[in-house]
Amino acid sequence: MRDFEYEAPASVAEAVKILSRHNGSARPLAGGTDLIDQIRTGRHAPQVVVDIKKIPELSVLELTAGGLRLGAAVPCYRMYGDPRISAAYAALADSARIIGGIQIQSRASVGGNLCNSGPAADSTPSLIALGAVAVIAGPAGQREVAVENFCTGPGKNVLAPGEFLVELKLPPRLPHSGSHYRRFIPRNEMDIAVVGVAASVVLDGSGEKFVSARVALGAVGPTPLFANEVGKLLAGQPVNEQTIAKAADAARAIARPIDDMRGTKEFRLHVTGVLTRRVIEESVQRARS
Amino acid sequence: MAKRRVVTTTINGRQTEFLCEPRQTLLEVLRDTLDLTGAKEGCANGNCGACTVLMNGRPVDSCLVLGVETEGAVLETIEGVAPVDGLDPIQQAFLENAALQCGICTPGFIMSCKSLLAENSDPTENDIRFYLAGNLCRCTGYDKIVRAVLDAAKKRNAEPAPA
Amino acid sequence: MSTIDRTPAHATNGNGKPYKVIGTRPIRHDGVDKVTGRAKYGADIHLSGLIYGVVLRSPHAHAKIRSIDVSQALALPGVRAVVTHKDLREPGDRIVELGEGAVNLRHLSNNILAADKVLYKGHAVAAVAADSVHIAEQAAGLIKVDYETLPAVIDVEAAMKPSAPLLHADLFTDELGQKAKAPSNVAKHFRFEKGDIAKGFAQAKVVIEREFRTATVHQGYIEPHNATAMWNADGYITVWTSTQGSFTVRQQVAELVNAPISHVKVIPMEIGGGFGGKIRVYLEPVAAILSKRTGKPVKVLMSRADVFEGTGPTPASYIRVKLGVGSDGKITAAETYMAYEAGAYPGSPIGAGAMCIFACYDIPNGRIDGYDVVVNKPQTSAYRAPGATNAAFALETVVDEACEQLKIDPLEFRLKNGVKEGSRRVDGPVFPRIGMMETVEAVKKSEHWNTPLTGKHRGRGVASGFWFNCGLKSSASATVNPDGTVALVEGSTDIGGSRTGIAMQLAETLGIAATDVVPTVGDTDSVGYTDVTGGSRVTFATGYAAYEAARDIQRQMVERAARIWEVDAAKVSYENGGVTGPDGKRFSFKELAEQINKTGEPIVGRGTVDPEGCGGAFATHVVDVEVDPETGKVDIIRYTAAQDVGTAIHPSYVEGQIQGGTVQGIGWGLNEEYFYDAAGTMRNSTFLDYRIPTCYDLPMIDTLVVEVPNPGHPYGVRGVGEVPIVPPPAALANAIYRAVGVRMKQLPMSPPNVLKEILRKGASK
Repeated sequence: MRDFEYEAPASVAEAVKILSRHNGSARPLAGGTDLIDQIRTGRHAPQVVVDIKKIPELSVLELTAGGLRLGAAVPCYRMYGDPRISAAYAALADSARIIGGIQIQSRASVGGNLCNSGPAADSTPSLIALGAVAVIAGPAGQREVAVENFCTGPGKNVLAPGEFLVELKLPPRLPHSGSHYRRFIPRNEMDIAVVGVAASVVLDGSGEKFVSARVALGAVGPTPLFANEVGKLLAGQPVNEQTIAKAADAARAIARPIDDMRGTKEFRLHVTGVLTRRVIEESVQRARS
Repeated sequence: MAKRRVVTTTINGRQTEFLCEPRQTLLEVLRDTLDLTGAKEGCANGNCGACTVLMNGRPVDSCLVLGVETEGAVLETIEGVAPVDGLDPIQQAFLENAALQCGICTPGFIMSCKSLLAENSDPTENDIRFYLAGNLCRCTGYDKIVRAVLDAAKKRNAEPAPA
Repeated sequence: MSTIDRTPAHATNGNGKPYKVIGTRPIRHDGVDKVTGRAKYGADIHLSGLIYGVVLRSPHAHAKIRSIDVSQALALPGVRAVVTHKDLREPGDRIVELGEGAVNLRHLSNNILAADKVLYKGHAVAAVAADSVHIAEQAAGLIKVDYETLPAVIDVEAAMKPSAPLLHADLFTDELGQKAKAPSNVAKHFRFEKGDIAKGFAQAKVVIEREFRTATVHQGYIEPHNATAMWNADGYITVWTSTQGSFTVRQQVAELVNAPISHVKVIPMEIGGGFGGKIRVYLEPVAAILSKRTGKPVKVLMSRADVFEGTGPTPASYIRVKLGVGSDGKITAAETYMAYEAGAYPGSPIGAGAMCIFACYDIPNGRIDGYDVVVNKPQTSAYRAPGATNAAFALETVVDEACEQLKIDPLEFRLKNGVKEGSRRVDGPVFPRIGMMETVEAVKKSEHWNTPLTGKHRGRGVASGFWFNCGLKSSASATVNPDGTVALVEGSTDIGGSRTGIAMQLAETLGIAATDVVPTVGDTDSVGYTDVTGGSRVTFATGYAAYEAARDIQRQMVERAARIWEVDAAKVSYENGGVTGPDGKRFSFKELAEQINKTGEPIVGRGTVDPEGCGGAFATHVVDVEVDPETGKVDIIRYTAAQDVGTAIHPSYVEGQIQGGTVQGIGWGLNEEYFYDAAGTMRNSTFLDYRIPTCYDLPMIDTLVVEVPNPGHPYGVRGVGEVPIVPPPAALANAIYRAVGVRMKQLPMSPPNVLKEILRKGASK
């Protein structure tokens, strides 16, 4: 493995200072489950690795009437291990439960998954569907970016040199709402999504009509995709097969997958439709129960 | 070369200090510096689980932890599982159920299994298969491993709780 | 649940007495070390002054090496030596037998460190020794190799075309024994024939001809290859390694570094899986020459990517099968064209595949054409019944289609056509007593087969398989201890608990407990020559050697008792775990063991064997699947594997072999494949994207252990390790057909491949 220095700042300000000083050649380390392998294989060659887990804000996990605060370094197991959080943010819990194996979930964080900015990240579609906002700290102070605008390409995102993700803010769960994330993988665990779909739906009191919906797609574009048109199409429509089928078609139209070792373009397009339907159906079930 | 650091941890109940470079993984430190070679390297990227150890009570792939990150941590490796006078019920169950062939994955499986049974003392077959999916075995087809874990749970539940 | 189908007749030895040890399930002798992390595998060795080696590998699938500049690497502080092919001996075109296949030494040498050309991405080019592995890695990156890239060919059918890029300018096809005039990527074409196929097909009511393609797959052992070597100033070399055969490592290292075999000592460490892939050497000679250059012990480890890209997988293949069946359901003729990828150098397991493809059935008229073809991929190695799984996928799918067309139950078809004692294979050999029919009968009687499968998109498939097994040479020696135990030293490196199966045969023969035998796997200086752990031969042949060592001990104990009792040795016999003399004289084994050192010379038994009659192994598997028709994903609901094992020495480990082999076959059938880009680079050389099954992908694997004792072994043992991998892909294909109506002719039957067939079928309706 390439040589690097290690720093473990105790505050956001100190971390910003270290990151700024190295002007792009420093990388934050949260769970390390992507970064350490990427340094080993030479994909990243940072001069400094900045362990951000000692910064208190990065480990915040707080559910209030105002929503959820999820520190960028909170490992997956803490998130899905809290029954109140996993009930309110079901899609995100679905994601956190299937990122790697149990060992990975002891370390890997939803924030790290977002910052790694892989197109197939399992938790990013869920964050988008749930309307999460990324809180970023940097030399110019803090700023907020909607998660759907965070990733800009494979492995690329809006973080400028000196900036890092502090936490994710999720709005409170609305009544009659439900969410779900599902991915297609050839095995039953321990795989990268060939297609991933997250949905969050809000129904009316009768449970028979969509009030609003947010759908996001993974692994079918250079970044996780916010399928805004799918949500618009569902809003105000009755909950039935036709509506959901139209939504699935719309999701397929948004997907722009590539051929690679994990699946062909045709396969991914087909499965995008299948999963979108299944994920919306499950979200509806959850909204009703 | 980056400055080496002195790291103080607790490994298998004993305070342990070691010197390491920032780039050395916990797996490398355990194996090459501390001569705790029970954790194995099978893939070095968190897919096979052969290097599983417990860090602050949670199972981790030690190939994806930096040695320097373990400052102040409590670690448990396969070398610390057996009591002085015998074997842990999990180890005994692996032997009695012939749950190993080549044995290279066995330490990792036992560590994951220890964590599983600490969380869930009476797991179903499905619970076991889900929890252990991060540990690969290429010899056994997993059948006897799953049976060993079911048996270990039974053995542990039959034992009086430690004082 | 697993069931042991042990009929009482089998659980007796020759004189009708029940076995005391064979068939029991003692805890393995190396068990405690392996559950406590104390067992030492190859990578676990620590030696004083140890330094580390790293191998630089080719980034190109096919290129000429114009020059290699190592100066920058050597200048890096901490670097001790850099070696290239020039540091190996040029061994010439000699062929060496490695136990599971012969190897051309020049090819082996060029595979270890490329000479003038690299033939696959991952081909080793140079190696560095340095004070730490990190420095060695950095130095490897500083080696400048000037490559002239060449077009690559990575597919067997493309490589056979006359226009294909040539890997070896000096490779001329051995065309049915004649050397071809122009060089080619086809190393060999051979043929087996029996009867008259034209006549046979003319008699058929149904003739089915289909083409099949299978992908390159890897053995996927969890432990990467490793080697540590110390080349002493006196010219003696010690090698610590994880290998399937310490004697073959000794031979290969000696040849490649130009040392007498007596100067090479191989210490076999515990081995973390092999499945055929740890027979050929890769790192051992490199570690040895690095040690010679540095005067220090050198450890070299592979990464997982190195393992995938630089060690032998099993071949991708193209197979065409034509089967003719009469209106009575009897096979009238069978013909096949089989082309297997050898990888970069000749020597695919096409011969074994050809011997196995038709072996389950009595075929009156048959022809087999086999082709061994080089491509720009790593040189293929043995993988559990090498060549047989590809072949069974093709044949057993066609058999299933014939059953469907003729409306014959697949088990009845096998009972009608299956081989038995006296049947002759298309490639010549006549079967001794075998258990093909018994495996079919076991499935037919099984609870699984007799439980109807219900539910949508579900299907049940059946397939059989054959592997011929090997005998080869083994040695064992056994010393009687004064406390009544026996220290057994044997030469078979233990991949899956075999030392216990061997010790149990010694214990049975002496009438003592399995726990009273202390087995050790010896190094090449401390045990007699023993061939590789492969060919399903260890429990058969090394067990046989242990039996012979025990018989030798019996003879010596009889003599000793006669001496103590002062009677004629002819009046003393060894029986029931002790020695019996005239007038009720009796020593138990323990009583006499205690007397040995007080009454004369030590007692050491010796067994060396090279047995014929290993006896072939047959398996019949049945699987239930559910297919998601919208994604093509196959879930396995239930699996039962019946296999003739001869005699199950340690039933738990016999079941374990069946379960493990089956699951490797499932992985091969459903998801495993080398995924290459157009440049010939493997894109999935990690355990993340090379998808071996996890425990969450599987149900329990039920076993039906059928025992038809092998007449060629004193306890009826036949090899069990390999044949279970043979039927699964075909059984799955047949189950998928019944679930969703598509015949899969390509491996893997991954979701995209299955979905494509489902959608094609839907579109054609």
